[in-house]
Amino acid sequence: MSATRRWPRKRTLFLVCYLVFALLPIYWMVGMSFRTNQEILSNFTLFPHHFTLDSYRLILTDPSWYMGYVNSLIYVCINMVISIAVALPAAYAFSRYSFLGDRQVFFWLLTNRMTPPAVFLLPFFQFYTTLGLMDTHLAVALAHLLFNVPLAVWILEGFMSGIPREIDETAYIDGYSFPRFFLTIFLPLIKSGVGVAAFFCFMFSWVELLLARTLTSVNAKPIVAVMTRTVSASGMDWATLAAAGTLTIVPGAIVIWFVRHYIAKGFAMGRV
Amino acid sequence: MSVVVKPVNQKAWWLIVPVILCVAFSAIIPLMTVVNYSVQDIIGPGRAVFVGTEWFAEIMRNEDLLSALLRQLMFSMAVLLIEIPLGVLLALSMPERGWRASAVLVIVALSLLIPWNVVGTIWQIFGRTDIGLLGNLLVGLGLDYSYSGNPVQAWLTVLLMDVWHWTPLVALLAYAGLRAIPEAYYQAASIDGASKWAVFRYIQLPKMRGVLMIAVLLRFMDSFMIYTEPFVLTGGGPGSSTTFLSQFLTQMAVGQFDVGPAAAFSLIYFLIILLFCFLLYNWMMRVGTQDKGGER
Repeated sequence: MSATRRWPRKRTLFLVCYLVFALLPIYWMVGMSFRTNQEILSNFTLFPHHFTLDSYRLILTDPSWYMGYVNSLIYVCINMVISIAVALPAAYAFSRYSFLGDRQVFFWLLTNRMTPPAVFLLPFFQFYTTLGLMDTHLAVALAHLLFNVPLAVWILEGFMSGIPREIDETAYIDGYSFPRFFLTIFLPLIKSGVGVAAFFCFMFSWVELLLARTLTSVNAKPIVAVMTRTVSASGMDWATLAAAGTLTIVPGAIVIWFVRHYIAKGFAMGRV
Repeated sequence: MSVVVKPVNQKAWWLIVPVILCVAFSAIIPLMTVVNYSVQDIIGPGRAVFVGTEWFAEIMRNEDLLSALLRQLMFSMAVLLIEIPLGVLLALSMPERGWRASAVLVIVALSLLIPWNVVGTIWQIFGRTDIGLLGNLLVGLGLDYSYSGNPVQAWLTVLLMDVWHWTPLVALLAYAGLRAIPEAYYQAASIDGASKWAVFRYIQLPKMRGVLMIAVLLRFMDSFMIYTEPFVLTGGGPGSSTTFLSQFLTQMAVGQFDVGPAAAFSLIYFLIILLFCFLLYNWMMRVGTQDKGGER
């Protein structure tokens, strides 16, 4: 088996070193979440001495805390669904046909991802206030389309270009209409692409703070904004922040667990 | 663009209408507002004076901004030079299948899923010399480390944090690209007696070109727009050693409420990113085609 032959020890050693490097800050965060603030700030210890679940108890019993997770999940899911839904037909168009201005539109889409969110804070605020969408999940979901739609189109287009065109042509000859072909034949073929695109949409929307914080105040306040309350005049509430941070990894870890096979199966981008 | 000739079909425009509508809603309309601001001086509610390119001229003369731009460019270049090779190396070292591959994938992806302000906060305490692991470690090694006192170390800490945070993105993409290479390629290479380097250079690297392009552009854009993490970690200090462009912009727009200059700055900022992405895109396209020539 060539896989085992190409498996020198040096690489394993490097991998282990990297994993340690990757896990240390996370270990520190998880460790902090099981300590009291006093213990965090008083001295340096590798393990928590007074193991406590107080921070988690606070977050999981206080609605203003745990609703933050619910709000975040709601807008992230809305965003994910819209992003994938609009990106699928567009990616199909880019991968299958050439039409007037296709390259220009494709690059223009990418440029939207290059606009710093900080640029859009003020206009978004005014725009969504005018529309009456402020402090709704929809507002954040729509704002996050800015960086997720271009990425989803890009990734899906890559996957679609890997599917031979003969499949489309055979289906059309067999009398399939475009929607029926797309939903029953094509979509199952690129489902790993959809999984990977969905993961990236989830990730970028889940961790974004600036827009999400600006567009919400009470009803749709995301967890990333709720967390900022741990900073107060009396100092940081490190333990609660660490516990909240630990809990934010959980949904994403579940999502990556579902798409791990798609990533491990591999994809090469056709277009670029 | 792919080599295959695609049929011309203008009706395909209908398929991209939804995307254009979405992006128009979330990008063009707000961007127009920014353009509008950039050429006006807003004196009071409903009262604005057209000032033409005055704000642009003012911005270009701002020396703090130019040094922030320089710092930003250095940072983004350092990010690319470290994260891309490290990510590729990591992808090459990751197990190919089985439970180990799953476990490594999830562990590697963890840092991507932490909200950016938490990343900053964690590193803030992680790097402290009295109670943090990294700080303690570095002091234990005999270094005079302090990310809040020493500008160079502050800059390096932000860089290290970014490497920790984002190398997994490069690694995941590169890993996915590697897994797409058919086993037959490796068999052919081993029959030819190709060295490990030759396999990497002439099989793996060209096959990863597409995903690496995404990785390079994403990392460039995102590192150029970095805001939350250094803001939380160092607050832009000490001095202005870690004040990057977007922080500068936010200070201007929200802190001092100079909407006009901030809008003008936004547009320049956007054009700079656009320019560099365009250059990177074209450069990678050219390098890629040369690779193809080498294979033949």
